[in-house]
Amino acid sequence: MNAVLEKQAINDFPLIFERSKTGRRGVIPPQAAKAKGVNLEDLLGADNLRTSSLPLPEVSELDLVRHYTGLANRQMSVDANFYPLGSCTMKYNPKVNEVAAGWFTSLHPYQDPNTAQGALELLFNLAKDLGQITGMDAVTLQPAAGAHGEFTGILMIRKYFESRGELEQRRVVICPDAAHGTNPATAAMAGFDVVEIPGNERGEVDFAALEAALNPSVAAIMLTNPNTLGIFETRILEISAKAKALGIQLYYDGANTNAIVGRARPGDMGFDVIHLNLHKTFTVPHGGGGPGTGPVGVKAHLEPFLPTPIIARSDNSFKLEFDRPQSIGRVRSFYGNFGNLVRAYTYIRSLGAEGLHDASSMAVLNANYLRVKFQKIGFETAYNRVNMHEFVAVPPKGMKTLDFAKALLDYGIHPMTVYFPLVVSESMMVEPTETESLETMDRFADVMQEILLKAKANPSWLEHAPYNTVVRRLDEVAAAKKPMLTFQKLSRN
Amino acid sequence: MKYTPHTPEDVKHILETIGVASVDALFDDLPEAIRNPKIDIPAGLDEHGVLEHMKGLAAKNLSLEAAPSFLGGGMRHHFQPSAVNALTFQSSFVTAYTPYQPEVSQGELQAMFEYQSMIAALTGLDISNSSLYDGATAVAEAALLAMRQTNRSTVLVSRGVHPEYRETLTTFLECVGAKLVNLELEGTITISQAVEPDIAAVIVQNPNFLGSLEDMKVLAARAHEAGALFIAVVDPLSLAVVQAPSEYSADIAVGDGQVVGNAANFGGPAYGFIAVKEALMRQLPGRIVGATKDVDGKRGFVLTLQAREQHIRRAKAKSNICSNHALMALQSAIYLSALGPNGLREVATVSAVMARELESTLNRVGLKTLTTGKYFNEFVVKLPKPAEEIRQALSKKGVHGCVPVPLEYGFGNAGLFAATELTTSSDIAKLEAALKNIL
Ligand SMILES: Cc1ncc(COP(=O)(O)O)c(C=O)c1O
Repeated sequence: MNAVLEKQAINDFPLIFERSKTGRRGVIPPQAAKAKGVNLEDLLGADNLRTSSLPLPEVSELDLVRHYTGLANRQMSVDANFYPLGSCTMKYNPKVNEVAAGWFTSLHPYQDPNTAQGALELLFNLAKDLGQITGMDAVTLQPAAGAHGEFTGILMIRKYFESRGELEQRRVVICPDAAHGTNPATAAMAGFDVVEIPGNERGEVDFAALEAALNPSVAAIMLTNPNTLGIFETRILEISAKAKALGIQLYYDGANTNAIVGRARPGDMGFDVIHLNLHKTFTVPHGGGGPGTGPVGVKAHLEPFLPTPIIARSDNSFKLEFDRPQSIGRVRSFYGNFGNLVRAYTYIRSLGAEGLHDASSMAVLNANYLRVKFQKIGFETAYNRVNMHEFVAVPPKGMKTLDFAKALLDYGIHPMTVYFPLVVSESMMVEPTETESLETMDRFADVMQEILLKAKANPSWLEHAPYNTVVRRLDEVAAAKKPMLTFQKLSRN
Repeated sequence: MKYTPHTPEDVKHILETIGVASVDALFDDLPEAIRNPKIDIPAGLDEHGVLEHMKGLAAKNLSLEAAPSFLGGGMRHHFQPSAVNALTFQSSFVTAYTPYQPEVSQGELQAMFEYQSMIAALTGLDISNSSLYDGATAVAEAALLAMRQTNRSTVLVSRGVHPEYRETLTTFLECVGAKLVNLELEGTITISQAVEPDIAAVIVQNPNFLGSLEDMKVLAARAHEAGALFIAVVDPLSLAVVQAPSEYSADIAVGDGQVVGNAANFGGPAYGFIAVKEALMRQLPGRIVGATKDVDGKRGFVLTLQAREQHIRRAKAKSNICSNHALMALQSAIYLSALGPNGLREVATVSAVMARELESTLNRVGLKTLTTGKYFNEFVVKLPKPAEEIRQALSKKGVHGCVPVPLEYGFGNAGLFAATELTTSSDIAKLEAALKNIL
């Protein structure tokens, strides 16, 4: 190895595999002595045994701690950084949720339900609360994420039409072109054709285009309200009336519910199905990508189709009910991401109806404040009107949103969502959430202004940012062209 | 409680800046008829009040820590080393989003790259994504993948695959018009038979739901003779000692990762894993992390092969999955690193050893083993009464008993028992004493 390469290798944060040394031990498991001298051939049968090597890392406990502490330090997070990632609702995740959830981790899904009454009671009441919050008649807590909730909800619509003998005819699911990618992907996965509807100059769905697309072949319309541009669909009651007249089901993508909790309910807007992202609105942490949780609420006519099992109450005890002849069936194993449901439940108990109303109010207040600040410092906002919990801005002509995102990194601020929704070019979607202070937002606006001024004076500075992160811009094209997806492959390279 | 920081002066200043008279005015776009609905949920509690309330609910559960557990069937109670939780639940992992900005997400991205490498190591296959929701949806995604790859739409699934996974598979396949056919069992082992040429995939679980270790080599060969993909549903802990999917040429390996490092969490969250041969890489659903270099030549990691995903391909994506179960996969990677190959082998071996002690005890009290052939650490016994009744009677005596075996298997009353490295001889003695009273 030449000196330059050697220096680079030293600068790279080692992989856990590169810290490994044959024979080194970390944790010794319980009763390990019982593994000594066991004849696995006798126990498991010679043909059933693993003969290939098991190349897992071999490290001491301190190596392990240094490694994962080091990795944790190479991360931005809500706990450390302002994180106005639009559509993702990166609000503060209260510590009390984590403490409470810790009391519910050691429960087995198949233990005697009489020994899990606290867990079942919690689930029963959480479903009831979410029904109240969304204006829906019944709620399943099973889906693992927003997209999984969408799938569950659209399948219920499918079963509903099947039960009415209309499935052959109801082929189409309509989504706005600004919809999140999971909406069309879900509809396709559930066996429907997707039709996309354009938006209008006010950032809402083009009502005439939508109306023209409605006919008896349509099974459902999937909407987000406020939509993915952060704008409330003001004609929602007309849309739902039109849908209802044709028997079309209205689906609410609840990723943006943080704008309206306590202010309005999708059920009252005429939606038949809703999923909620508890990892957005209800303070379940995002975990660096998941696990999320995507409960689905429905109106009474769809209740028979809920996935199994459901949680039922009889007198003062709670049980799992499996016998649901019209159910869509199972969408996953067991009963949902229970650990996350505990967190969301804790949050709802903490805030109560009034606190939830306040949270959404402040989320919308903050987003509007930042929209006005952005306009004042020289950014355009995509639709010049009051927005809800998030807004879309664009940089001055000729400048790239990606570059602004990269420049923010050096200031310790996580960028907004970039290049979504696809309908606004160079879009920056900003969602501060209700838990951020005036001072944090002011600093963000100051930083954005500074970046803008520095970039105008020195465009090359902007194009090459960031400068102080643990790695700088990465070659994503090379990553996709010559995929290196495991240590095994990388070390052979 | 409240987590909103504004003082009244802050709110006033913000409203003036926006140029509106009140917070309510920001909601003028909402139709008047639906504004400010009454929501019937109790008033909020202060933090201490919330904790007391949650403690009250927790007290109505019998924790796996408080009573010996013989429960398996997809999840088990294993030992959680202290370092694993301490390192997993660091707030910079917990409160980050999906690593969209790689320069400030190297911790998560590298951890997922390492996780993918560990899944590849366990299964012996080439490529892993960075997690799915759970074992059941992983099976469904694997079947859909096989259908895309082979352009066929019938899937053969062994009845030995976890019943809840098969139910989930049914849900996912039915709506796209795919057909699901069962491979039947003899005793508790899958019957190997010639596979029809229109089959996209053959799905077999090893060890299967009833505990048996299957003849995976023969079953895989039958699938491949018909041009079908072979999907192995595996228990990742078992792979420390039981043959790896690569050793019987499986094309896809999937499963639930709970048993290697996640708490049981009353059924979730854990995570689903999926690993494939290199040729299937571009068919994978979900996030994948790859290694690359930055502009200075430093090694770094990014989300890659995104042209498969919903945010790019929309209706044509390989799957609708967006958020995955990264934190649970991370917890598992830390667990696997903490134990290493030797520790994992010990956990697996001790689990198998204790299962034999458990089996002979159950046989001694008159419960006959129904599982045929060899098993790893779970097995089925015939019961004289419904398993639910026995489970309940055992729980009253402070023992988490057995998983009821569904009637579809034709055994009548039967229960699935499991042992782990946490199962001690005195736990088994406690179970024996309780059973003597019940049976
Ligand atoms: C508008 C919208 N819909 C759906 C989703 C999908 O949610 P999840 O990632 O939980 O599957 C998201 C989140 O990314 C979203 O922002």
